[in-house]
Amino acid sequence: MFRRVSGLLIAVLLAASACGTSDDTAAPAASSAPAASAPAATELTVFAAASLTETFTELGKTFEAAHPGTTVKFNFGSSATLATQITQGAPADVFAAASPATMKTVTDAGLATGPTVFVKNKLQIAVPPDNPAKVESLKDLTDPKVKVALCAEQVPCGAAAIKALDAAGLKVTPVTLEQDVKATLTKVELGEVDAALVYQTDVIASAGKVTGIAFPEADQAINDYPIATLTKAPAADLAKQFVDLVLSQQGKDVLTKAGFQAP
Amino acid sequence: MNDTDRSPVAGRLPWVLVLPAAIGLVFLVLPLVGLLVRAPWSTLWERLTEPQVLEALRLSLVTATLATVICMVLGVPLAWCLARLAFPGRRVVRALVTVPLVLPPVVGGVALLLALGRRGLVGQWLDSTFGITLPFTTAGVVVAEAFVAMPFLVISVEGALRAADLRFEEAAATLGATRWVVFRRVTLPLIAPGIVAGAVLCWARALGEFGATITFAGNFPGQTQTMPLAVYLALETEPEAAIVLSLVLLAVSVIILASLRDRWVNSP
Amino acid sequence: MGEQSVTLTARLRLTRPNFRLDLDLEVAPGEVVALLGPNGAGKTTALRLLAGLTRLTEGHITLDGQPLHDLAAEKRPIGMVFQDYLLFPHLSALDNVAFGLRCHGTAKAESRRQAAAWLARVGLEDHAGVRPRQLSGGQAQRVALARALVIRPRLLLLDEPLAALDAHTRLEIRSQLRRHLADFDGATVLVTHDPLDAMVLADRLVVIEHGTIVQEGTPTEVARRPRTDYVARLVGLNLYRGTATDRQIKVDDILFTVTERLEGPAFLAFAPSAVALYRTRPDGSPRNLWQATIDGIERHGDNIRIHLSGPIPAAADITPAAVTALDLTPGQNVWASVKATETHAYPA
Repeated sequence: MFRRVSGLLIAVLLAASACGTSDDTAAPAASSAPAASAPAATELTVFAAASLTETFTELGKTFEAAHPGTTVKFNFGSSATLATQITQGAPADVFAAASPATMKTVTDAGLATGPTVFVKNKLQIAVPPDNPAKVESLKDLTDPKVKVALCAEQVPCGAAAIKALDAAGLKVTPVTLEQDVKATLTKVELGEVDAALVYQTDVIASAGKVTGIAFPEADQAINDYPIATLTKAPAADLAKQFVDLVLSQQGKDVLTKAGFQAP
Repeated sequence: MNDTDRSPVAGRLPWVLVLPAAIGLVFLVLPLVGLLVRAPWSTLWERLTEPQVLEALRLSLVTATLATVICMVLGVPLAWCLARLAFPGRRVVRALVTVPLVLPPVVGGVALLLALGRRGLVGQWLDSTFGITLPFTTAGVVVAEAFVAMPFLVISVEGALRAADLRFEEAAATLGATRWVVFRRVTLPLIAPGIVAGAVLCWARALGEFGATITFAGNFPGQTQTMPLAVYLALETEPEAAIVLSLVLLAVSVIILASLRDRWVNSP
Repeated sequence: MGEQSVTLTARLRLTRPNFRLDLDLEVAPGEVVALLGPNGAGKTTALRLLAGLTRLTEGHITLDGQPLHDLAAEKRPIGMVFQDYLLFPHLSALDNVAFGLRCHGTAKAESRRQAAAWLARVGLEDHAGVRPRQLSGGQAQRVALARALVIRPRLLLLDEPLAALDAHTRLEIRSQLRRHLADFDGATVLVTHDPLDAMVLADRLVVIEHGTIVQEGTPTEVARRPRTDYVARLVGLNLYRGTATDRQIKVDDILFTVTERLEGPAFLAFAPSAVALYRTRPDGSPRNLWQATIDGIERHGDNIRIHLSGPIPAAADITPAAVTALDLTPGQNVWASVKATETHAYPA
């Protein structure tokens, strides 16, 4: 009963997106349009990690300008949530994840092939502008008097933090394991913690509300961001063109300006 | 149609009511069915007995109960003032009480940080004077849950107070009872069902609290990681574990609420 | 506190947007005063003012020489029985009765002992542990009375104490209540709209209409000499106001001959049973005769009550046999007469 209902729901969603699909197992009710004759789609749906919100929104505008009549719809969120949505049948064209692990759940499900790493993101220590605990290096975080926020290990920034700390051979007891990098950053911005490990891009995006401190061990825990077109993409052609834009020099410029590093 | 079986006064079922009721019930229960269907039954027991799960469950039950106690201690008098005292701006106060209902919980959490956080309006003073900081502590979880759940109690109790027959209070006054005695020995027992209903709602809301808790109190196993937080984080990597945790939370709350209700109904 | 000092004097004034109450009351020790009046006359309001449940706009209440009006309800030495008793549903009969004692600082055990004694006094010693909802109306009334009296009030207030009871129970409870009131040495103010309750229970009636006293006196006085239509109807009399000259009273255009010698404005009263009806003008031209139209016919005890309109409205009670014999129907014109000896006239 549950499967029938959810299948129906997906079918309705797919039908609503007004595109044919090449796969007949996912949505039998919506497979009226033959795959080969996919018409010039006017809508592109991109699922992207929350940390890409600013950069991808900008690239989306560029893309729309270059493809008149096309609109790019974004769904930003935690990479893991997005991956779950895709494996549960959400109609997306492009998936840009903040970690290879989350991309892997999509490729394992056969829903994407050949992901490409398009940027890397590095951790920094974020401290409030007045740096009350006088944090200067990763080692300072081990001081029990310093309140530290980390991302939970289940989310990419948390996994990266653990990798970096392991590489440095340090043990940090955080006061909190936040559900995502933005929440972690908020704790620093409000001065609730003395330091946190977040991405360099997040420090830059915070526009001065936190100060970033680079640390050498960060190189041991660089986060790869893979991007891929989805095999069931309703707008496969546009999807490929969008990925090309992200990988182009223009795309790189936008991304590096925001603090990402080229792969 | 078997009309003879029907009691003569019952009449026809009013489909206008029964049909939407049935749809409403299905709407509420279907997601639960979804959880049950997808639950990894084979590994259920093993996952249940993981220390982290039990830890989160214990923390959830303790904090939700403490939050409910706080809501009752503060919320019942607040409801009494709203229902029984005529003061200027009462409507505004009543609207303010419902703020946590309208506020997205995460915003509520941020608001709590701004008020009670280490650098918050009051939190700053708490920290410098008493050395108390609420964020990232179990007490912080209780505060966040109480903040979000209190309106449920206040609204229920105020409704019960308004529905209660004021003349019982008058009768008590003619017998020499002061306002406090009237409240304690007459009003409270009379509105007890309303208080229980409010406390149940309040407790259930506190038990499921996520947004304000994770924002204000953070997430650390054994300290501040309640079941909803554990569920959310499990969802990131292991959706199946998240389903198990959700089922545990549901089962425990349903068992507790159902038994409470029975006890209440059966009491004389 | 000596019994003789208990006296209530009250000047009750209350002004509300569409209601005004203005009463002066005095109650002697041991006296039972009934406030009688139609719905909305202000009887219950007067009681609430005495109890302190409603604030006086103006006036004073003095009990035993002590001002009461500035005290909150819980500070007044009063006991009150409410119309539907308002027994606390969550407490047993015993705890209901003990409630007031506990509020006055009596220890728990002693409170219960006294409460039990009072329950025995109202014949409910077997019902001490029973919750109010399991009590019958009459039992609840007795518990409410015990609850009010156990705290030894100096002023007992009874709001329609028998109104919620069925006719049979009422009879029994009324006589019990009368006994308890006789034993009570403080002042009692009783509110009722039932003339029988008032007559049986009260030493003095105070009739209130539209927030003011319209008549005051012993039950016998009031019953004999009603001064308003309301009172007359209550006591079952036809009442008219006219102008007397010697032994005659002119009401509208009808000249009534009476036995009393009066001058000027006067009341004329006679019982419905004193009215005789005729289909045609009776011979021998009896006096006090007028022509009327039958407005309605209804059963009244063993008799039939005929409502008459015409120059003066009147009620006449005749036997069912007479109704049949005269073949009376509504709308019919009849002649009505009253013997002078059956009228009662007094100055207005």
